[in-house]
Amino acid sequence: MKSAFLSGVQVLKTLPSMARRSRKRQAGIVNPVLGGPGLQARRRCIQRCLFMLFGLAAAINGAALLTILIFIGVQGIQAINWTFLSQPPIASMTQGGVLPCIVGTICLSLGALIVAFPVGVASAIYLNEYARPGIALRVIRLGINNLAGVPSVVFGLFGLAFFVIFLNFKVSLLSGALTLGVMSLPVIIGATEEALKSVPDTYREASLGLGATKLQTIFRVVLPAALPGILTGGILGLSRAAGETAPIMFTAAVFYTPHLPKSIFDEIMALPYHIYVLATAGTEIEATRPLQYGTALLLITLVLGMNLIAIVWRSRLRRKMKR
Amino acid sequence: MRFSSQLKERWMHRLFLVIAAGSIAVLLVICLFLFGEGLPIFRLVSVQDFVFGKYWYPTSEPPDFGIFPLIVGSFAVTLLSAMLAVPLGVMTAVYLAEIANPRVREIVKPFVELLAAMPSVVIGFFGMVIVAPFLQNMFDIATGLNLFNAALMLAFMSIPTICSISEDAIYSVPNNLKEASLALGANHWETILRVILPAAVSGISTAVILGMSRAIGETMVVLMVAGGAAMIPGSLFDPVRPLPASIAAEMAEAPFRGDHYHALFATGMVLFVFTLCFNLIADHIAHKYRQVGDATL
Repeated sequence: MKSAFLSGVQVLKTLPSMARRSRKRQAGIVNPVLGGPGLQARRRCIQRCLFMLFGLAAAINGAALLTILIFIGVQGIQAINWTFLSQPPIASMTQGGVLPCIVGTICLSLGALIVAFPVGVASAIYLNEYARPGIALRVIRLGINNLAGVPSVVFGLFGLAFFVIFLNFKVSLLSGALTLGVMSLPVIIGATEEALKSVPDTYREASLGLGATKLQTIFRVVLPAALPGILTGGILGLSRAAGETAPIMFTAAVFYTPHLPKSIFDEIMALPYHIYVLATAGTEIEATRPLQYGTALLLITLVLGMNLIAIVWRSRLRRKMKR
Repeated sequence: MRFSSQLKERWMHRLFLVIAAGSIAVLLVICLFLFGEGLPIFRLVSVQDFVFGKYWYPTSEPPDFGIFPLIVGSFAVTLLSAMLAVPLGVMTAVYLAEIANPRVREIVKPFVELLAAMPSVVIGFFGMVIVAPFLQNMFDIATGLNLFNAALMLAFMSIPTICSISEDAIYSVPNNLKEASLALGANHWETILRVILPAAVSGISTAVILGMSRAIGETMVVLMVAGGAAMIPGSLFDPVRPLPASIAAEMAEAPFRGDHYHALFATGMVLFVFTLCFNLIADHIAHKYRQVGDATL
């Protein structure tokens, strides 16, 4: 009964032009359900106005992003030159460049990726390939969701108590990278799971049907097919780690250090923390404004650039999958 | 040969399970160390005085450790930002999922994703140097670094979360519900309001809760923009000092394992418990009221 009704609906839906024509023919006649032409026009008008409002809401988001990008872009581009990119800060951070911060941020985010990528991918493989619905899966998912929701400053406190003090890594690149790695774990797990899900089951069945074991199927068939998607997840994790400030405040970053990091136990400078320090704690907040804009622009370019690559790559992948 | 390969299969299965369970372990270790460093403060002040104490003067003699103004600050900022972010986020989600044609969606969606990726320190910086002076001039107030400014900046950080999860919820409303509504003569707008949104309401509430959880835990924005006065706000334009801002601002000066240090960890504990509750509620809603075909309505 129900399916017959639905198929009727689908037929109606596939012939919208016919329905429209018949409605036009009936103009002037008051339909007891749809109302007369006046009511219909009013409903159409309400719909048009409300859809415009919804479009406006979407436009506000775009406008907010553009405003931030334009303000910081225009002001920041004036501060960026070769000296800015290649020199350490001088004259108690009121002049010079941000080279140690760039190096620090790159080291930190790559370190975080080295920590989080293998663990994240392995977790996603378990969740998508091995786990069966049940209490264990539910608990692990709950753990991952909650890990994703832990505030960044709490990660900072955790890093301070665990890596810096308990494991005695001191305030160092290592402590910061581990803290950021833990933080970006859920991002990588999520993206990898999506990539694994998009591999058609026929691939797995074909491989198993040829006599391959589960492990061989995962490593020779599923992972290669999902690789681009997994790498996209890696990029997203990398950019998340590069942009965060609170987790490295107590674990890795310092106001100023004259030399580049030589080992993983060195303190470092980082772009996000540098912006915060210059904008709030310096003695010459107004005088270093151009440096602040420049650093902010650099950080945005780095983080949004990585995201843009990931987004474009992913949309291209999805289109390929559809085909 | 066959035996060893079976053994390998079994061990690899276990290895993957152990690694996947690692995220639970990490969560437990976070709890353990947070509580380990935070609980000692309750030898000095009672839980009640700590949570409901009205004065936060951690460095005066004798110090006052009452985080009530900080909690009120956090909730004020979060609720105000939710008031801005929820309508905007949900409307954007409806627009993207239902109204926009595919080509427009291809352009708008990356914008929302990039907004999500924006480093929080940059949004805080923007609020400090551009929005604060603007608010100060426009409303003729003492400082532009206040509750309203922080809520505004936080709103734009939680919109992407709200938007993308709501959008998924709207997408997963079964198509036949929509078709039935259209066939009964409702137009597109009436279908969205009366059929699609009610059917997606569990997903949308999950989105709202997760967005608020993101706002309450966000640190850099409230640290740079909220103004930093540890008092209960009386108006929209009063400066506030939310929990994360207090932790981030004072940790560097707190003497190692002193009372102030423990008090800040205890503040982190409170914050952690808040976000944990938000996430558990969201998870509960998502599981209990899962959208299963037509049964949701």
